[in-house]
Amino acid sequence: MLEVKDLQKSYEKDKPALKDISFNIKPGTFVAIIGPSGAGKTTILRSLNQLIKDDNGQILLDGNDIRTANKTQLRKYRRQIGMVFQNYNLVERLTVIENVLHGRLGYKSTLAGVFGRYTQEEKEEAMSLLKKVGLENFALQRCSELSGGQKQRVGIARSLIQHPKVILCDEPITSLDPASAQNVMELLKNLTEEYNLICIANLHQINMAKMYADQIIGIRKGRLVFDEAATYYQRIL
Amino acid sequence: MQSPIKYLSHKGWHQTAIIAIIGGIYILGSQILNFDNLNGLLAVPKAFAWLGVNFKPTAHSMQYFPRIWQKLIQTVLLAISSTMVAAIIAIFVALLGSKVTGINGFVQTIVRAIASFFRNIPLVAWSMILLFSFKQSDFTGFLALLLMSVGYLIRAFMEIIEDEASETMLALKATGASYFQVIFQAVLPQILPSILSWILYMIENNVRDATLVGILTGTGIGFIFDIYYKSFRFDAAGMTVLAIIFVVIALETISNQIRKVIL
Repeated sequence: MLEVKDLQKSYEKDKPALKDISFNIKPGTFVAIIGPSGAGKTTILRSLNQLIKDDNGQILLDGNDIRTANKTQLRKYRRQIGMVFQNYNLVERLTVIENVLHGRLGYKSTLAGVFGRYTQEEKEEAMSLLKKVGLENFALQRCSELSGGQKQRVGIARSLIQHPKVILCDEPITSLDPASAQNVMELLKNLTEEYNLICIANLHQINMAKMYADQIIGIRKGRLVFDEAATYYQRIL
Repeated sequence: MQSPIKYLSHKGWHQTAIIAIIGGIYILGSQILNFDNLNGLLAVPKAFAWLGVNFKPTAHSMQYFPRIWQKLIQTVLLAISSTMVAAIIAIFVALLGSKVTGINGFVQTIVRAIASFFRNIPLVAWSMILLFSFKQSDFTGFLALLLMSVGYLIRAFMEIIEDEASETMLALKATGASYFQVIFQAVLPQILPSILSWILYMIENNVRDATLVGILTGTGIGFIFDIYYKSFRFDAAGMTVLAIIFVVIALETISNQIRKVIL
């Protein structure tokens, strides 16, 4: 269970980027956050794993507040929260499987991580996840050689190997062509059910949100304007 | 709002005005200095003709070749070693000082100041200053090139890190990876090609600069050139210049090939 209570953030004084944002998400829910550019969608997403430090409020993951965690605790929270990016943010020069294994770094000692020493089980899991996202034949290719849709699926595999409770997707399909976009959305939706995840995606496309999301959160000018089960919008929109 | 047509015609006028001003400054400058433009221009071919006659290596100057070659190899190795040491120092300092991997604002400012200090003291000045402490030796030249290269490479590496590594860094930070894991698994692999490319460029540059440093510190190929030149053995001096040009072009070709493979 992810509970957000009264989240506040302002980048400039007296210009709130987020104001009194509160919502709850149950496991196994695919959530779409929609709203115009600059509404604060990315700020919400990045405060959930504290890549952006918010000013005030509560973010409870299974009852524990992430905001008050110290450095070591924060590392432990972050490894339970996968993240998928608009520009994929892979290490382009490394192979697909190396990028997937990066998701394990949070569980490793600093030294093992620095030298990239992964266990046999980790490597096998990486392969089985690549199979799940349909890239088992690309394991040893450099990421720079992949298409956008393939890169995004590597990004998803990287977040899955973290054994996450939550996956945050920051505009996961904005840089993709329509076919790849649907492909990625379908994959995220299926994984949410299969692993009982909390999957939160920032989206621009309302039709995509209607088609795939279980819960839709609307943001405008840093304020929450609605938070409803998606079936509601399927009826009225 | 200004109309687009008006804006474009204004812009055309501005360009004409700027060209006229630059031309005006040139004419004014040459008036003040009593510079004779016509004769200055005519002297250029004459100078090249003189160079061609006097600096042309002859069969006689072949006897200098082994010595020139030996010094040239020495100079190239000096340039390579100073660049490599500079690169190792620069990568650590750049990691400390870049906006995305840096420790804090204070350290970043210090690093920027150090880099700009080393970079902005001319190579000639470095050579002369170091000459006092380290005397006439290869080490003086090595150090002068090193300090200069460190200044340039820190700046270049910091910009590379900021441009190329910030996004992947964010992704790995989000997985819960620690600082050193992020540096070794994301930042360094991501920036490696650009860094190698800069190192190759710096080696080429340092071979050229090593010649000048050699003249000042009395070592390497620069010293040989200086000796031949001052003892009026222009043919041998010309031969030295040709050898330098040959080596620099060869290095450029090799490093272009390496770039093609790694990028």
